[in-house]
Parts: sequence; C-alpha cells; structure tokens
Amino acid sequence: MKDRSKKYMNPYLAGFFMGLIILASFYLTREGVGASGAFKGIWVSVVESVAPAHAHNSPFYAGYLKSHPHPLQSRLVLLVLGVLAGGFISGALMGRLKLKIEHSPKITSKTRIIAAIIGGILFGFGASLGRGCTSGSALTGMVSLSVAGFVATAVIFGTGYVLAYFVRKLWI
Amino acid sequence: MGPLTELGILNHEGGILMAFIIGIAFGFILEQAGFSSTRKLAGVFYGYDFVVIKVFFTAAITGATGLVLMNYFEVIDLKLIYVNRFFPPSAIVGAAIMGAGFIIGGFCPGTSVCAAAIGKIDAMAFIGGILLGIIIFAETFPLFKGFFTANPKGNMKITEVLGIKDGLFVLFFILIALGAFATVHFIQKKVKKVEY
Repeated sequence: MKDRSKKYMNPYLAGFFMGLIILASFYLTREGVGASGAFKGIWVSVVESVAPAHAHNSPFYAGYLKSHPHPLQSRLVLLVLGVLAGGFISGALMGRLKLKIEHSPKITSKTRIIAAIIGGILFGFGASLGRGCTSGSALTGMVSLSVAGFVATAVIFGTGYVLAYFVRKLWI
Repeated sequence: MGPLTELGILNHEGGILMAFIIGIAFGFILEQAGFSSTRKLAGVFYGYDFVVIKVFFTAAITGATGLVLMNYFEVIDLKLIYVNRFFPPSAIVGAAIMGAGFIIGGFCPGTSVCAAAIGKIDAMAFIGGILLGIIIFAETFPLFKGFFTANPKGNMKITEVLGIKDGLFVLFFILIALGAFATVHFIQKKVKKVEY
C-alpha cells in the first residue's frame, strides 16, 4: 500500500477550509476558535473541586468562576475536545496514528521532551497574560479585524524569528 | 441572520454542541495541513517549509472577507461579533512569551492537541507544560494584576484606528497576504531542504 502518512492537504485549500470553519463559528456562536481557554477552564474546575476555599479566595479563580460558573461546560472546552476527535479522525485516515516522540536527529528524545515542556509553560503563561493564543487571539483576532489580533500575530511570529537562531539546534 | 446565539435562535447548550462540531472540523483540517508535526511547523522560522504562513494567512483572509460579505448581504450582523479586547502592555509581553514558547516547544496550544490526538508524546509533554504555565499564572496573578489590566483600549478594531472601511482594509489585507505567499515561495526555493 502506498504510504499516505507524508501526504498533506494543499496549504491554501486547508487555509480556505479553516477560514470557512471560523466563519461558521462566528455565524453560530459570535466567537471564533480558541484553544488555550479550554486548559484554563479545566484547571479552574480542578481547583474548584479539590480546593474550593482557595478557588473562591484567589482573585484569579474567583474572577474566572464569576464569569464562567460551570468551567467544564464552556464553549472552548467542548471545542478543544472536538479538535482532539478531529485530529484523531484525520490521523487515522492518513495512517499517522503512532505513539512517538518526533525530533530532529541532532537532539535526543529527552532534550525534545524538556524543550516541549518549557515551550508549553511559556505558551500557557503567555496566553494567559495575552488573553488568548495563536487560535483565539491571533487568527480569530485578525478575522474580526481586531487590533489585538494583528498585534498578537506580529509579536508571536516576530519573537519566534528573533529567537530562531539561538535554538536552531533543536530543529535544523 | 446571525450570529444565531446572539439572536436567540440557538440556545447556550446548542452553541456548546456547535462548538464541539466546529472543533472536530478545526482539528481535522489542522491535522490534514500537517500541523501535527513540529518539524513542519518549525519550518516557517528556518525557511524550509512555509505551510504555517500559507494556511494561517489564507484562513485569515478567507474569514475576514467572509465576514465583510456576510455583513453586506445581511447574513450576519458584524456589530454583534466579538472583537478581542486590547490591552497593549499585556498583549505585547504575552505574545512575546508565546513566541518564545513556539520556537522552543514547536507547538501552539491548538496544534499540540491535534498532535497529541495522533500519538505524539512530545505534544502531550507540551500540553502538560501549558497546564503548568496556566497554574503559575493563576497562582502569581496578584503580582501581575495591575500589568494585566493596564491601559485598556476596549474592543478596538484596526479599521477604527486607521479610519477606513472594513472592506477596503480587507482588500489591503488580501494584497499583503498574496505578496507574502509570493515571497515565501521565492525563499523556500533558495533554502536548503530539511528532511523530516
């Protein structure tokens, strides 16, 4: 059988579909797509059930619970569960379902995992401070022509380019 | 006329169900485009694969054009659409931290979920990192509260700042994106291929 696992959709066609998906989201729910907000919702609900006193005394959790009384029944948590399902379906169709650590041959799996955790911490913190990540702030923000969206896109990619040289061993 | 949840045509539960379906479509397309591979995503920063620029900006101009057209044909009321709030200091510093996370970790939150779905262990580690980052932010929030809410600009649109019509701005946006696509095609031809 021909190996489909390296076959990807034409990027412009994929982008066109992604644009239509964001439009559908705006049409149905007035908001676009987002990912980081789901993790926030999940964590707040964990704190609320494990340490309710802390959740109601800390300004961050209390503020979040005030605007989202049921953090797990939020739009973004369901959206990210959908992303998990959609990614799995596509991976299954393309023969890409495989447990593995993908990394450049120049680094070890251990280095890759450490870099992934550090990157995740920075992204989680940055998205909290910046009110959304690449999906919710940058991409959706540009579709709605918000200044926040264009600033987020320029600064995320700009910082990536500035730092790329220093961490090139991780990738090339 | 939309948005449906705003006009009471779709209730809260219906909106959440729709979000799940939108998520499935979004995850499917992210994976189809190759966003489940960090080696492909990182290509944008080293010039060997510009799939990120092509998908991201095609999606942005398709969405922006669609909203303007839907508003014109009265399919959607643009005034009811959520426009992200803008707080310049926290937005800029937050995005810079995200940029560092992107080049070090290779994913952003959405792509990491998509990659974890097909079994990438490094993506699962990245998701663990996201949770840690959120916990650190949540627990240290009192230190940043002032900075987080400094200089609020509200739901500011770029066309209000520039004083031009949405349609005209979208036209410029499309032209800039087309210019970017041509530029990255040129660069990609010049850069040494990376096998992955």
